[in-house]
Amino acid sequence: MKRRTLLNTTVALTLSAALAGPALAQETLKIGAVGPKTGPLAGGAAVTHWPNIELWSTEVNERGGIDVDGTKYMVEIIEYDDQTNPSETISAVTRLATQDEADFILAPYSTGLNLAAAPIFDRFGYPQVTSTASTDRVGELSDQFPNLFFLLGQNSEIVGDAVEILTELREAGDIGNRVAMVNVADAFGIELAASAKPIFEEAGFELVYETSYPLGTPDLSPVMKSAKDSEPDAFVAWSYPPDTFGLTEQAVIEELDVGVFYTAVATAFPAYKQRFGAAAEGVMGIGGVNAESESFQDYAARHMEVTGQAPDYWASGMMYASLQILEQAITGAGTIDRDTVTQYIKDNSFDTVMGTIEFDENNNNPAYWTVGQWQGDAFRGVASTGREGAVDPILKDGWE
Amino acid sequence: MDILITGLFLGGTYALIAMGLNLQYGIARIMNLANGEMIVVGGFSAFWLYSSAQVSPLLTVFLVAPVAFLLNWLIYWIMLRPLVKRAKSRGQLEVDAILATFGLAFVSVGIMLAVFGGDYFSYSYLARPIRLLGDTYALNRATAFLAAVLICAAIYLWLNYSRPGMSIRAIAVSPESARLVGIDVPKLAALTFALGGAVTATGGALISMFFTLDASTGVIFTLKALVIVIMGGVGDVRGTIVAALLLGVLETFVAAVIDPGLTLAAAYLLFIVILLFRPQGLFGRRGT
Amino acid sequence: MIRADGRTLALVALVLAVAACLPLTGSAYWLSLGISIAMYTVLTTSWALFSGPTHYISLATAAFFGVGSYTTGIGIEYLPYWALPPIAGVLGAVMAALVGLATLRLSGVYFVIFTLGLAELVRQVIIWFQNISGQKGIYVLTKITEAQIFWQLLGLAALVYAAGWAIGRSRLGFALRIIGDDEEVARHSGINTARAKVALFMVSGAAAAVVGAVLAPRFVYIEPSTAFTPMLSFQVVIMALLGGTGRLWGPLVGVIPFTFLWEAISASFPNQTTLLLGVSFLVIVYLLPRGFVGLIEGTRRRMRAREAFA
Repeated sequence: MKRRTLLNTTVALTLSAALAGPALAQETLKIGAVGPKTGPLAGGAAVTHWPNIELWSTEVNERGGIDVDGTKYMVEIIEYDDQTNPSETISAVTRLATQDEADFILAPYSTGLNLAAAPIFDRFGYPQVTSTASTDRVGELSDQFPNLFFLLGQNSEIVGDAVEILTELREAGDIGNRVAMVNVADAFGIELAASAKPIFEEAGFELVYETSYPLGTPDLSPVMKSAKDSEPDAFVAWSYPPDTFGLTEQAVIEELDVGVFYTAVATAFPAYKQRFGAAAEGVMGIGGVNAESESFQDYAARHMEVTGQAPDYWASGMMYASLQILEQAITGAGTIDRDTVTQYIKDNSFDTVMGTIEFDENNNNPAYWTVGQWQGDAFRGVASTGREGAVDPILKDGWE
Repeated sequence: MDILITGLFLGGTYALIAMGLNLQYGIARIMNLANGEMIVVGGFSAFWLYSSAQVSPLLTVFLVAPVAFLLNWLIYWIMLRPLVKRAKSRGQLEVDAILATFGLAFVSVGIMLAVFGGDYFSYSYLARPIRLLGDTYALNRATAFLAAVLICAAIYLWLNYSRPGMSIRAIAVSPESARLVGIDVPKLAALTFALGGAVTATGGALISMFFTLDASTGVIFTLKALVIVIMGGVGDVRGTIVAALLLGVLETFVAAVIDPGLTLAAAYLLFIVILLFRPQGLFGRRGT
Repeated sequence: MIRADGRTLALVALVLAVAACLPLTGSAYWLSLGISIAMYTVLTTSWALFSGPTHYISLATAAFFGVGSYTTGIGIEYLPYWALPPIAGVLGAVMAALVGLATLRLSGVYFVIFTLGLAELVRQVIIWFQNISGQKGIYVLTKITEAQIFWQLLGLAALVYAAGWAIGRSRLGFALRIIGDDEEVARHSGINTARAKVALFMVSGAAAAVVGAVLAPRFVYIEPSTAFTPMLSFQVVIMALLGGTGRLWGPLVGVIPFTFLWEAISASFPNQTTLLLGVSFLVIVYLLPRGFVGLIEGTRRRMRAREAFA
């Protein structure tokens, strides 16, 4: 699969090079891209981060470049591997700003790496439109780093909506109020679990089993067995990619009988559906998309065609939207002056594959998908903070 | 009972991860920091053959083992033998081996990344419940445990009852005297190193049935294997098996009875306590 | 001898003074490289203070570094920043003392892996506490600039060198060298080997913890998986060994070329960074068996020999 991707890229590059030809002297925009190609987060970045950069740059160049006040600029991507190490992210962004003199730099991958790079983006005045960072301190952060934008949403909303879905199902009489909640003991998992606990209790749910497990736990069967013994009506895990897979597999094996089965990061990955097939039906997780929207379907098809893999149903679309926002802002501002572009991003709304996006006074995107669910062949959004096209949640009905 | 069986299954997995390293370190004297990468290679082979041709991972091992054996044999002769030859002391060799295999680990990650990308590779195989004594377990973990038992038993018998096996144990005890009684030390060291690599890759193929791996995950397994080998005592197969099972049962017990958040903490605590009371590991000899 | 010392001191002071001017050039790029170099200089030199003479390879650097990061991460809510690195240093030293006392009976590879296991234990326990305390993410939002971080690291490097220099001239340093040569002999000649080892381990633990505390504001957001990354422990060992641990300045001559090599590879081969880093490790191991110190001293000896013949 990967080899085909490489081949496709080569073909695409050769084609675009041939089309561009030597006859037309082209203006070029240097765009920096930093992200993990190795290290603990490389697996996630290979799904969400890198394919979108490849897709976007291919498309932009195929259509002749970005329009800046009548001149077409081709994009040249300069990539660096930060090895999932914040020091390396800082070095790479500094290198892009000072040595490569990049015109724009794409936001890095993940909350931690984006925040580590934020002071550098700020110092050199680059807009940083993040699509894989999630935090509850948007206000404080945008005060300190006025160029920092958030697309993916806030933890408290993600958690709040998940609890709300459960509440709705309870009020409809579909599930009781016994919830088993577990979380991975790493940054994001800890934050989500800490937000979730009071919200669950406030909503009148009883946390019948509650625990954390370390990142890289080799066997999650004791966790699942204890959860099952607590006879929950809903199982909620604030989990990371490897354990999202591990917990689901154990749930299948233990035949966990719950009305709601929720795992967090990676539930929205196509690999999840590939691995669990029919058993994935009804599983909930972070994210979701409006699978019926034409713009998303079109995007998914192009993603498949150019990169040889399907996008995920959470951050992929947002990552691509962040690239669209940057491109539209450059064209709209009619300049490559970064301050003007940043101001343009703050003042305007953008038409993206995820729908229309407009940032609030904290540079935060207020409308995003919070809860999704595997229904049929897509991970559909069931709750959002103001996106259209949500479907009704269904109950998890066994693992066959 | 339930905890004990789950723990033993996990221990079997650990034995698969660590057994190869014990052979490599205990006998060939190479502290192989690229051990985890060999696991990922084995796991990837299984994933690739399963998802492209529906070949069962249980069959893949028969392909993975000889290929890994050959690969590790070459690694030993080309990369590590020169280090062994030039080392003036045990300590010097240790430092050189750490540096060289650390480099090798990076190279392996780089190659894997180039060959199959940074994506997770996970598939579902034998992810079915089986019932044993009234409780349910994962069939794939049970299968891996059985394979671990077979592999460990085979290694143990081979080391204790075959001629090359006994020569290898002689090297583990004293390489100098082994040479004096006419044992071809370099050849047997290479053989053991290669065997260790084959066992590790086989383990990788087996555990990929239930672990989600990617090109960069090797280091996690290396750490675990190092801890198990040292806890059991260098150069003794029994030590590794006992340490692996002990860790498996302890982790499962802590997860089920105390708090899953403390499983790894408990595992490292056990490791530390054991070393405090037996500085040479459970089955280690003083002065090696 | 004394004159030679004076000259060395003057030279070191001069080098530090020149290095301290780096931020004044205004180049963010060189400053970020400078931070890497300063950080690894402190970590490797303090590591080698202990591991050089005793030949005990410690893989616990990440534990001390992580504890330092967390000290700043949690403490910044309650205390002014300047109070935190010293607190981290004390915590690191206390932790190192406990570890040192626990490891007295271990030697060789058992010590190596013990420290690794210990680092993981510390990490697991701290994460577990963070989780049950219900804390929502650790943010270090300060106005501290890269230049200020660099100067702090440089000051720390000066301290570590001063400590190393003082130890080398003290009874402690003498004792350590004997321990390194033969621990039995050392014990028989009435040296308290335990106290000497523990004392040195405390210096290196404290230094690593302070580095973690100083760097925390740079990362803004403290995550357990990056604060305690075991990769850091390995990198420190590799760089120190590449430099050479027999001399106080040994690790430095490993760190500087290594940082530039790392930078060159990261900058030129973004898709093969890891692969080429591995290849360069291998090349160094095979071609420079005694580290850069060995190379430098070998060249010096050859030059001297040539002078003698001339």
